[in-house]
Formats: sequence, C-alpha cells, structure tokens
Amino acid sequence: MTGQTVKFYQIGSRAVGNRLLPAEWRTEQSNPDRRNALNSGHRACQGCGEALAARYVLDAAVRATKGRLVAVNATGCLEVFSTPYPESSWQVPWLHSLFANAASVATGVAAALKMTGRDEIRVLAQGGDGGTVDIGLACLSGMFERNDDVLYVCYDNEAYMNTGVQRSGATPPAARTATTEAVGARPGNPFGTGKDMARIAMAHEIPYVATATVAELHDLEAKVERAMSLRGARYLHVLVPCPLGWGSAPADTIRLARLAQRCGLFPLLEAEHGEVTAVLPIRDPVPVEEYLKPQKRYAHLFGDHPRADVLSALQALADRNIARYRLLAEEP
Amino acid sequence: MNPDGDTTFVPEVRQMFGIRIHGRGGQGAVTAAELLSVAAFLDGHEAQAFPSFGSERMGAPVASYCRIADKPIRLREPVTVPDAVIIIDATLVHHVDVFAGLPPHGYVLINSARGLDELGLAELTRRHERGRAITVGATDLAREHVGRPLPNICLLGAFAALTGMVTLASIEAAVRDRFRPRLAQANLRAAEAAYAAVRQVSHA
Amino acid sequence: MRSQMEGSRAIAETVARCRPQVVPAYPITPQTHIVEAVGAMVKDGSLGGCEFITVESEFAAMSAAIGASAAGARTYTATASQGLLYMAEALFNASGLGLPIVMTVANRAIGAPINIWNDHSDAMSQRDCGWVQLYAEDNQAAIGLHVIAFRLAEHLSTPVMVCVDGFVLTHAFEPVELPDRAAIDAYLPPFAPRQLLSPDEPVTIGAMVGPEAFTEVRYLAHHQLMQAVDGFDVLAAEYEAATGHHHRAVSGYHVDGARTVIVALGSVAGTIKDAVDELDGGTGVVTLSLYRPFPADQVRRLVAGADHVIVVERAFAPGAGGVVSADVRGALAGLPARVSTVVAGLGGRAVTKASIQHMLADAHAGRLADLSFLDLRTDVVQRELATPRSR
Repeated sequence: MTGQTVKFYQIGSRAVGNRLLPAEWRTEQSNPDRRNALNSGHRACQGCGEALAARYVLDAAVRATKGRLVAVNATGCLEVFSTPYPESSWQVPWLHSLFANAASVATGVAAALKMTGRDEIRVLAQGGDGGTVDIGLACLSGMFERNDDVLYVCYDNEAYMNTGVQRSGATPPAARTATTEAVGARPGNPFGTGKDMARIAMAHEIPYVATATVAELHDLEAKVERAMSLRGARYLHVLVPCPLGWGSAPADTIRLARLAQRCGLFPLLEAEHGEVTAVLPIRDPVPVEEYLKPQKRYAHLFGDHPRADVLSALQALADRNIARYRLLAEEP
Repeated sequence: MNPDGDTTFVPEVRQMFGIRIHGRGGQGAVTAAELLSVAAFLDGHEAQAFPSFGSERMGAPVASYCRIADKPIRLREPVTVPDAVIIIDATLVHHVDVFAGLPPHGYVLINSARGLDELGLAELTRRHERGRAITVGATDLAREHVGRPLPNICLLGAFAALTGMVTLASIEAAVRDRFRPRLAQANLRAAEAAYAAVRQVSHA
Repeated sequence: MRSQMEGSRAIAETVARCRPQVVPAYPITPQTHIVEAVGAMVKDGSLGGCEFITVESEFAAMSAAIGASAAGARTYTATASQGLLYMAEALFNASGLGLPIVMTVANRAIGAPINIWNDHSDAMSQRDCGWVQLYAEDNQAAIGLHVIAFRLAEHLSTPVMVCVDGFVLTHAFEPVELPDRAAIDAYLPPFAPRQLLSPDEPVTIGAMVGPEAFTEVRYLAHHQLMQAVDGFDVLAAEYEAATGHHHRAVSGYHVDGARTVIVALGSVAGTIKDAVDELDGGTGVVTLSLYRPFPADQVRRLVAGADHVIVVERAFAPGAGGVVSADVRGALAGLPARVSTVVAGLGGRAVTKASIQHMLADAHAGRLADLSFLDLRTDVVQRELATPRSR
C-alpha cells in the first residue's frame, strides 16, 4: 500500500494550532510546564492585552534563556496590577523603580551581572507606551546608543491607561483619549503627531528591532527567541489592545490586534542594524474601518456624522505602511 | 634666604606664606600654583593650592593661590594679603589689581623682558623692599628651551631663587611627576635658567 | 604615606580602593575630575572588575545605579547641584528600596540663577530623601568618609551621600594620606546584598504598597536610618584603628567652657577654627560630619554649656530661614541657649576669617540678628529694593 503525503496548509498558523506541530515548533504557551512568569491572581482588567502580552513575552524569554532572566518594569498598568503588596504575580526576579527609567535600570542590572560573573543571566526591561516613547525615551535612547545588553519590550496600548486614558506620543491620529476628546472640528488625537518608535529604534542601528501583536503568538514568541539569541540592545514593540481605553469588548482583544495588522495600520516587521529584514505579509487585507469600528475611541468617526475625510486619511496611513514595507503578500 | 649655590635649603615657615598668581586662562596659572604646592610639600611643608574659580575661558584673567606653612592649613579663603605675587601676563598689570593687599616686604615676580620702570611700575619699585620686585623674561626662556611660549614652570624657577620658599630640587621633582619626560626636561631647563638668572641679579 | 594631590583625585583613588563594580557617570561641574579619574582607571585597567557607564543624564546615572545595586554590584556615582535635583526622584527610590549606593556630591549652588560655585543648597534640598548625608571638612575627611560610607551603606542597606565642597575641596591641592589597600580590604568585605535579583531565588522588588502598610514601611526606613546616629562612630572608630585617621559624627573644638559655639558643616569649619584661634577664647566650634540622620543628642551634649549658638549655614530656606539651624534648635529644645542663623558663602562667595571675626564681634556686642547674611552687600540690596518695579 502506498502512502500519500498530506500537505497541511497554513502550518504553523492558528488554524493548525499546536496539536499537529512538531514539539519544537509549538508555542511556549502550549507547554504545560511553562514558567507562567506572570502568574494568575493579578488585578488586570478583563481582556487586558498587556497582561496577555507580558505572559507571552516573558514565558518565551524564560524558555529562550533557560530561566536565566531578570525583568525590570517601568511604572504603569503592568507594574501596578501585578504587585499589590504583599502579593506578587511575578515568578521571575523582578524590579520596579520609576516611570521613566526602566531602560537605565536595566543597563545597571546588566552591568552588575557582568561584573559579578553572572552574565549568562539576561535582562529584559518592559514598559507601556507612555513610559517608553515619552517620559522614558531619553533613557531608552541612551541604552540603545551604548548598545547595552538589554531587550526592551514596549507594550503599546496607545495611551496612558493606568492614569485614566490620556494621550501619549504613541496615540494614533483621530483616537479619542481624555486629553484629546472627540469634540470640535478635529475630534480626537491630531494628525501629524506621534512617534514611530520602531523606526526610532531602527535609527539607532541596534542589533534587533521587531514589532508584534498578541494575535500572532508564534510570530511573537519567535521574535522573543530571536532577540534572546543576540547580545546588545534589542527592542520589541507589541501592540496590546486595552478594552477600557479603546472602548472595545474584552473578548475582542486578540481579534482587534489581528485587524490592526491586517489593515496595515500596525505593520509586523523585523530589522537588524537599521535595515528591515523581514515583514509579516498581510494575507487577507481589510479596510481600516473594520479595525476601527469595534472601538469606541473611534466612535466619532461613524454614527450620525461619519467622518469620511478622517477615515480616508487613516486609510492613507495604512496604505503608506503597506507600500513602505511591502506588506501585501505575493502568491507563491 | 638660600646660602649661595644650595638649591636644597628649606627655610622654616613660622607664619603662613601666601602666594597669589595672576595670569590669563590657558597660561598655566592654576598648574603653577599646584606645582608650587607639591614642591613645598616635598620640601616638608604643609601646602595648599586652589584656583580662583572664575570663568576660566582662554584669555580671561584668572588667579590662583598657594599657601605654605609648617602647620596644617585649615583656612579656605583666597589669598588677600599675599607674601608674594607672580604675574604670568604683564598685560594684566594695569587692568587687574594684581598687587591688592601686597605689603612692602612682599615679593613681586613679573614675567616680562622689560624692566619694572618700562612696565610703568617705578612707583612699585620705590615702595618695595629692595630686590623683592623683579621681572624675568620667562616667555623668552620658555620659547628657547621648550619651543613654546608657556612661561609658568620657568617662573617657578625664578620664584625659588627670588624667595627661597621652595627648592629648585623639589620643583624638579614636582614637574617630573606631572609631565612626560621630554616636556618636563625642557621646562626644567627653562626653570633652571630663570633660577640662575635671578640668583645672578640678586648677587650683582 | 602622605602626598600632595587634588581633592578629586584623592576621592577617585579612594573610591577605586573600595572596589566598586559599577560606576555610572554623567559630568557636571565641579565633580568632573572625580568621574574622569575613575573612568581613566577603569580604562587603563588599574581599576579592574568595574564597569564604567557613560550615561545620558544624572537621572540615568542614579537609575543605572539602582539596577546595578539591586543586582548585587557595589555601585558608586558622583554629581552636584542641578544633577542632584535631576535625579531627585531616583534618590527617593534608591533609599526606599534599601540600596547601598554611595555617591559623592560636590556641593554647588542651585539655579536660578545658574551658579557653578560652592554652597550646600544641593544636598540640603535633598536632606529628606532618606539617604545618609556626610560632610567632609577637608580632603583627608573626604577620603575617610567615602570608605566609611561604603561600609555604612552596606551595613544598613541604605544609600549614603558624601558631601565635599565643590571647587573649595574638590579642586584644592593639599596633603592627604590614601589608606592602604589591604586595610580597606579588611575594613570593607565584599558586598553581601540584603536582597538580590537572581533567578535562583526570584524576588519582587518595588511592589506597590497601599495605605494599609505604607506607614509601617516608612517607619522602618526611618528606624533604619537612625541606626547611623550611633553606627557611624562605631564604624569610624574601626576605620581609625585601621588607618590612624580620626572622624566622628560630631566634633567639638574648644567647646569646653565656651560661652559661644559656632556650628558648621564642611570646609568652612577650617576657616572658622582659624578665626576663633586668633581671639581671646570663649568661642568653640562644633563640626558635623553626619547631618542625616541628625545626631541631635551629640550636638546637644557638645553645645549644652553655651549661651549663644551661631549656626553658619551654607544654604538657606527662602521664606523660612536657616536649614541646619532648625535641626540645631530642635536638638537644643529646653536649653536656654540663643540660636542665631548666619547664612554664609552662598554661590561660592568666600567665607573669610575676618568676616567670621566680625560676626563674633557682633555676636558679643548683642548686634547679631536671629537671621543674617554674612557679607551681604546692603548697599546693593537697598538700591534694588528702592528701584520701582515697572508693571
């Protein structure tokens, strides 16, 4: 009897999941013995993208470093909901100092580990978008510039969520926040503002820069793994929907992250020493509306007085990303 | 004062001896004070040196201070009643009050190829104890021996001969400890020449 | 063996002998000579086992120090003035986390107006940040206080700042004796952290503490800091046994039987001692090497017999008056002594022997106000006050 090789399409994707994959291709989250670096019992909101991402990232980092890892956390949601004294959700050594200094503190930790003969222990610094692109940018840039041996992870929910949803340098155009209300002739966050943190990181020509979302788990874990295989300054920017701040359903967190990538507004890429080395192609693109509609922070663009002009401008931004990074996959 | 020819005689300093050095930024006034204090220390004294902490940009007037004593120096103020004034840049003489607080028995050492009268300081010569106010062409000596117009170390040699407050031997040790051998050697030749020139004049 | 050297160099050499493992550094006048010297020693290998990190701000310097100390490295940095303020948030963080960082503060005025010269405004502005504060009277003290600082910091798990008058001490050449390396190694054992970031035993450092526990945490920090009041002299005595150099938290000079006592911190004490030596006696000087925690009992004991206590301040609290005076008054509560505040030497104005003697003459004649500024140009001030302000 002859056998026939059955080709599984979409291998490595969510369609197959982990069950049919060889062990070494499976995600760490499918491993019953994973560290659970961010253990249950923390106080995050239902559907919190950041809690999800932090667990994904740290478990992958623990796997990549065989547990030899120290985490440094900036002030923000993640730090607040994970360490209500006398409890802590962290199952890795963890240090929280201030809002702006996670990158500098991590630099110091890395130096100490080296000087005490323990530099097989790796350092991961993490913070939200506010603590990274705004108040923390000087420290982060310094760490990049010195090429200190730190992986910095930014969990980007696109505003200062812990303090009540105020606008940050990562808030996208037109989004409503408490300091960019959906009122007036130009509701929401102004166009022409904001920092592209991935490109800022790339401009420092550090060994590794990547963007990821909570929707692409294999992709996210692979990027953490890649980052941990390198020494020097590395940066990972993860889009993490925030149901509270975005006005979305808690159950939509992963779906929205996927839509952000599919519409082109949040490109998934990797870069080394300032050059893009890989992108995740958009297999089935969607118009930006499909991503924006489920979020109340964009509600003012729809409804009784739809703003076609704004939607058009946002679509143009998405199209620009698609062109710039060549995100539309070509058929093999 | 030094007995003839003995470059190593160390006087007892019963009272604190204060030196004020005037120069322009970049001329080594601060280094001169520091070296002077190291030399005095090597001679076995207590010594203190510090700059006037002015703007210190190139060309701006600066002052530095050195105190020499035989008990520990606790005082921390600028030298307002100097026992000696060293002027590295003669152009300061009529622009800055370089002689402020100087008593008639104080020493004056001015870096200039011209004499005191030519510098418009005849009055000073009259008021001062004979032989205690002199000029030395240290810039010329420095150009000759070091190849650069940096007169500060050369002036220290002149100071040693004029006042006897530090020995030439200790100046040499201080300079060698601070500068690379060739530069130290060249500067010390200039210092020795200045020392000899001043001793010659004082014995004229 | 003594040698003649610049204060900054003496400090750098001393710090190097204390075997720091991580030194983050950001330049600011007048501390630069210190960090430059340490950096050069690391680069040429004479200070081994140390990472010198040129950070991008003082805030980054203290932040990197926090990370390094938490990860088990003996950590040192230096700053002054604006730099100290720029890292203010991190100072509170370091002490709150119980990290034994040692830092030199090359005391300098705080702007505006910008001023690069010596006074105590910088360190005084941070007197309540939870750090131990030590003040050096001369460069030999600067040396001793740094060594004791490392030992005290690690003993209490509390950060220590060593205040050294900027320019006046840092840039002064004077004779000092660097302690013998073997003596320091015996005095300062390797850093054994109270808590350590390590995967072998994961801990969470920097949790959020709510109203139900915050007060107790802070009370315990205060209690810990207070151990230095007596603890400093114990460790200083040990240092003296090892090196022969004497330092104490509070020192008295001719205080026995003195009717007038001057209290001072830092290098100005030297000038004041010269000033009182030239007078007929009856005036003593109390110098504080330890300012935080405040050694109230020791101050009270030394000053107990005086009628008049004059605190010569190198900083002041606008709208309030003296800074150290407030602590001194507190220490003397219940005693009949009158306390006067004399603010002297702000922004680097020299405090002269003559001015101190005039001040004492005023004091003895009953002319010294409760709060006065030494050598204030009253003509300038009166002219300014008389000038009408335009709308």
